[in-house]
Amino acid sequence: MPNDTGPNFQQNVSRALDDQQLRKNFKFAMGNFILKRKQIFSDESETEQLRQIGNTIKQRALGQLPQLLERLEQNCTRNGIRVHWAETTAEANQQVLGIMNANEATRLVKGKSMVSEEMGLNEFLQEHKIEVVETDLGEFIIQLNDEKPSHIIVPAIHKNKQQIADIFHQKLPDTPYTEDVEALNAIARRTLRQKFYKAQVGLSGVNFAVAETGTLCLVENEGNGRMSTTVPPIHIAVMGLEKVLERLADIPPMLRLLTGSATGQLITTYVNMITSPRKPGEKDGPTEVHLIILDNGRSAILSDPQLRQTLQCIRCGTCLNHCPVYTRIGGHAYGFVYPGPIGKILNPQIEGLKKAGELATASSLCEACAEVCPVKIPIPQLLRRLRNESYTSEHLATVKDGGYKKNLMETLAWKGWEIINTHPQINAIGNKIMSRLGARLPRIGPLKQWTRYRTAPKLAPKSLHQLVDEEGIRHE
Amino acid sequence: MSDSSRDQILNRLHAAIGEQRQVIPEPAGLPQESLDRSQKIEKLKALMEAVRTEVHVIENQDWTTVLKDILKKRDLRTLLYAPGTPVGDRLPKAWMQESDELPELVTYDGDIEDFKEHLFGIDAAVTSTVGGIAETGVVILWPDEKEPRLMSLVPPVHIAVLQADKIYSTFSEALQTEEWAQNMPTNVLLISGPSKTADIELTLAFGVHGPKELIVLILNENR
Repeated sequence: MPNDTGPNFQQNVSRALDDQQLRKNFKFAMGNFILKRKQIFSDESETEQLRQIGNTIKQRALGQLPQLLERLEQNCTRNGIRVHWAETTAEANQQVLGIMNANEATRLVKGKSMVSEEMGLNEFLQEHKIEVVETDLGEFIIQLNDEKPSHIIVPAIHKNKQQIADIFHQKLPDTPYTEDVEALNAIARRTLRQKFYKAQVGLSGVNFAVAETGTLCLVENEGNGRMSTTVPPIHIAVMGLEKVLERLADIPPMLRLLTGSATGQLITTYVNMITSPRKPGEKDGPTEVHLIILDNGRSAILSDPQLRQTLQCIRCGTCLNHCPVYTRIGGHAYGFVYPGPIGKILNPQIEGLKKAGELATASSLCEACAEVCPVKIPIPQLLRRLRNESYTSEHLATVKDGGYKKNLMETLAWKGWEIINTHPQINAIGNKIMSRLGARLPRIGPLKQWTRYRTAPKLAPKSLHQLVDEEGIRHE
Repeated sequence: MSDSSRDQILNRLHAAIGEQRQVIPEPAGLPQESLDRSQKIEKLKALMEAVRTEVHVIENQDWTTVLKDILKKRDLRTLLYAPGTPVGDRLPKAWMQESDELPELVTYDGDIEDFKEHLFGIDAAVTSTVGGIAETGVVILWPDEKEPRLMSLVPPVHIAVLQADKIYSTFSEALQTEEWAQNMPTNVLLISGPSKTADIELTLAFGVHGPKELIVLILNENR
């Protein structure tokens, strides 16, 4: 994965904008998602009420996060689920590998999980000679083609069926080329059933973890998640520590918000609530269930009352669908696991501003994401905050690499601006110079950048102050 | 190593919350719609049909007769059922009376480890449900020793039997009435339709991993 977004990000964006097929695929898909969401949330006041509930539930949960996590651990443990804590993605990967090794397991099937993407789990396990198979259809497609998801919910949305037909034909043995979607699905079903059958471990993410009962909730349409969490003898669930909710009663509104926002569905095909491993007498289900709770920078985010709101995210992906920038450049251009508006605030806080701060600049602050967010994260406000953090003094910074963009030139420029604007005489002289020379300033440096897509303003020969004086308008 | 990670994470979280603990009010309740019995049946049926579930409301007829008609229309060799349940116990008798063109009844014999090969070759399964939710159009399953989890997932056709008086208006109502929080079983499932995906160009396709068909029999007796 590209890491430094600085120069790469610009290049990625240019490349994505030039790719007509990609833009067409995204434009079609995002338009579709927007429409479907609108249909399901057609009653505006009810939707607003629901979003407010979602926001309150998440704020309450974050406000007592350590207590809830301890309670979750306690209840899971009582139910027979083994709980592991990981500070870093490396530690979480080791924990997965450790469980596999302890059981001499070499084959793993996966349900869709963004946290496992954050961990780089597939690459890690493959280095350790473990067969990892993505079983969500979209994830399966991109895994065959050695790509990363371009969307949180529909990971292969950047591909059209011709491209998918090619991938299946080339990467799966004895598979004829077909663009028929039913046929492509049948190929995936056949291939993956074998994998479910043989896998020794199933891995999944977690949509919501309920502290009150020690229950893991997973939503899906395909059934691959249920397969992964029921057929193999061992189930490992990975979750970011912000996924915990206080009570079972929180689930109904959160579910409505999640499925309505993500895909415009009233509910998914399956809601799968797992509270324990197989009990004596039961005939199926895993005999071991493990829960890995990952921090990876999240606890640091919690300490800032404003930025904490980032952790309210339930990964529905609707901010991607509604983002004019995402719709035009797609998910890969961002160069990080989490694309779109949520990625622009999450990645810089997890990875640090130096590595990912550039993402926060890729927004026109149009507010579309904030208007649709099911838990009301004020994404544009947080983007502004992260932009400011990039220029703050290091000792004031609360985000990793805060102040990394602060430089002498810029500091001096603003100091100069301050002097000019607080001293009337200097201001008058400055205005005079600018009115004479402004139009002839050479287009270099920042001015060249700025005028690339904009017409330079014509500077008036007289300043506003002068005009006011001449016209005789008096100050009150 | 893990223990110290646990403590460090929790310590950081406690420190992060510590000074700024604020009182956040209880979330408001969802707007609750209270429906009568026939409205609930109607709503559940309409919503489930909209996601391609086949729904039969059975009034004053033996449901096993309806089941047989459904099965005869399909080319199925085997039907998995659960003896020892009110639903499952009806089937052998019904099959004794007449079993022409009907799939052979089979049971979930032994643990998954021994039964897996057989299970993946079965054509259909009948299970009971513990209820339904009208608001979102789902049936609720609590798989148990008699009705294992994979019955409703692996066979390509899943038939679920639902008692009309067990349909709740909302999910919240079901949670409260049945006091789920006090007795969560190993696994709870809400199922709204057959397995589906739209991962290729958002084109809807059914049966990608789980059943291609979901058939719900709503028993609306004593009316």
